[in-house]
Amino acid sequence: MAQDSKTSKLRETLESWDKKVQSKLDKHPERKQEFETISGLPVKRLYTPVDTEDLDYGQELAFPGEYPYTRGVQPTMYRGRFWTMRQYAGFASAEESNKRYKFLLDQGQTGLSVAFDLPTQIGYDSDHELALGEVGKVGVAIDSLLDMETLFNGIPLDKVSTSMTINAPASVLLAFYIAVAEKQGAKPDQLRGTIQNDVLKEYSSRGTYIYPPRPSMRIITDIFAYCSKEVPQWNTISISGYHMREAGCTAVQEVAFTLANGIAYVDAAVKAGLAVDDFAPRLSFFFNSHLDFLEEIAKYRAARRLWARIMKERFGAKDSRSMMMRFHTQTAGCTLTAQQPFNNVVRVAFQALAAVLGGTQSLHTNSMDEALSLPTEQAVQVALRTQQIVAYESGVAETVDPLAGSYYIENLTNEIEKQAREYIEKIDEMGGSPSAIENGFIQREIQKSAYDYQMAVEKGQRVVVGINKFKVADEPPTSILRVDPTVRELQIEKINKVKAERSASEVQASLAALKKAAEGDENLMIPIVNAVRVYATLGEICDVLRGVFGEYKPSTFF
Amino acid sequence: MAEKKIRVLTAKPGLDGHDRGVKIVSAALRDAGMEVVYTGLRQTPQQIVSAALQEAVDVIGLSVLSGAHDYLFPRIMELLKEQKMNEVLVIAGGIIPDEDIPHLTEVGIDKVFGPGTYTTEIIKYIVENVPLKKAGASA
Repeated sequence: MAQDSKTSKLRETLESWDKKVQSKLDKHPERKQEFETISGLPVKRLYTPVDTEDLDYGQELAFPGEYPYTRGVQPTMYRGRFWTMRQYAGFASAEESNKRYKFLLDQGQTGLSVAFDLPTQIGYDSDHELALGEVGKVGVAIDSLLDMETLFNGIPLDKVSTSMTINAPASVLLAFYIAVAEKQGAKPDQLRGTIQNDVLKEYSSRGTYIYPPRPSMRIITDIFAYCSKEVPQWNTISISGYHMREAGCTAVQEVAFTLANGIAYVDAAVKAGLAVDDFAPRLSFFFNSHLDFLEEIAKYRAARRLWARIMKERFGAKDSRSMMMRFHTQTAGCTLTAQQPFNNVVRVAFQALAAVLGGTQSLHTNSMDEALSLPTEQAVQVALRTQQIVAYESGVAETVDPLAGSYYIENLTNEIEKQAREYIEKIDEMGGSPSAIENGFIQREIQKSAYDYQMAVEKGQRVVVGINKFKVADEPPTSILRVDPTVRELQIEKINKVKAERSASEVQASLAALKKAAEGDENLMIPIVNAVRVYATLGEICDVLRGVFGEYKPSTFF
Repeated sequence: MAEKKIRVLTAKPGLDGHDRGVKIVSAALRDAGMEVVYTGLRQTPQQIVSAALQEAVDVIGLSVLSGAHDYLFPRIMELLKEQKMNEVLVIAGGIIPDEDIPHLTEVGIDKVFGPGTYTTEIIKYIVENVPLKKAGASA
């Protein structure tokens, strides 16, 4: 065939070119013996059509908006509308966070992303002993519906889309959201947003688990079932690779472990009797955007293609939306340096660009000061402006998937998909990701990659600007954001007020109904929504479930 | 006579789940020949102090990235004093603003290591300071 003879001719000329280059290497050596991506994938000197000769356009790439979605999930991508610019924010009290959200919306942000404090994320009210020192620190403290009403005061929930980073108690926070929306006059079917609700990665990397895996999976599938009927536009889960990458895994591992978790959720829901196309269109994903620009772009494309294939081939999905991987991206917090923090603006810009070239649906850009403290308002503004510059000025959003066809990008996309698939097979052999987490395989893999990376930095094999090269002697002091230490007292006052004003008997009855549902197999969302409506607190609801389900006790190793 | 191994307890006080750093440091200290016990996540100050007592450690390494160090570190130091464990070297890491360090030093944290610190620097500090701390405490 003409194409074949063309490639074999090219192969010959490539060989002679290679010899020529080799012969000059003694005199003009390259910087290193071997080149590799930040994840350790080998990088050749040059990529040519030889590297993509097996690439079947229709099978491997196809058109945007068409299976296997390598080039993007929508046909027009950012020519239709830009990705959602969504800065993760929240600190101190609901009052303070409400102000920050209004500031961000005024600045042109297009969706909200709520950060909760750790007691909220672990299902403790602010007055719990374990909440000491943590209330309002890494996010907003939410104890009851009252706080949630304050958090979204003046923000129309039928208009904005809201992402909530909440996992083990996701059902409760979603119930709060539904109840606030109802009070504002919005209907559940108008609500748009996402709950993270991805407990498997909490066990392996993020740490805000409450219950053991089995009941956790039940809560998740109950949410899938409830939302498919009641809150149909809601993304019921955001299957997250972000935190595993932050914990140190590689790009290939990020794809593999995330999709393996995705498979586990789909399996659980199917086993619970749901039809795949009833819930799978509302599954969403969340990835990291790390330093290696081209590797990241290839990673998103590989993840999209692999997920589409898994949904079609493994789960027999028929609805095209079940096969589309829609994802949020956040730039990599772990790549920010406390040293010369202004350099982080540049890191974030490249990472944002990679996410956009990879076809993300929404994006959070980190602030330059996040290796020092929670971000200041000024730093957040620069981070948001970075996205706006990528969108409005850089030109990369004007055509769909502009790097497709690059010999290197396509080669790397194939390589990442192949290696991720091999990992998933290995995890399948262990009985799926819940078993691979239980036996510590995933944690060990992540820890090994993290340790290797740190040693490469310490030995100078990997340069981090400002850390092991191009250092400055005296770092100027930077201003940081401080959370008011009296937030806990304020929250406790509010809890006491709520408890004094609500009907104790209604709360008791609602919690008793929840307990009964948890002991049986009724969908838990219904009694949870009923309980939050009568102002049962987050801690009270989670305590009922702790009583029935028990608590997860991790095994610890390093 | 073989030199006695330095015993270290690494711990995550509070609710924060960021354990990449503490695990890397734990592994590096182990690889440097120390005996390392890591508590895992969500430890109360009481749990950390009783683990340190039970394991008879020379060093406690605390890691917090949530900002709760301002409450948790002084509380741990209080409990250590109650137990008269003043010969134990206490080091800390995480996201600790520079301006917080003087107060933490005042309550008895020996050293705070910021982001970007090499594990070799931590190892060197421990090896040099464990004997000094013991000598200081018994003097």
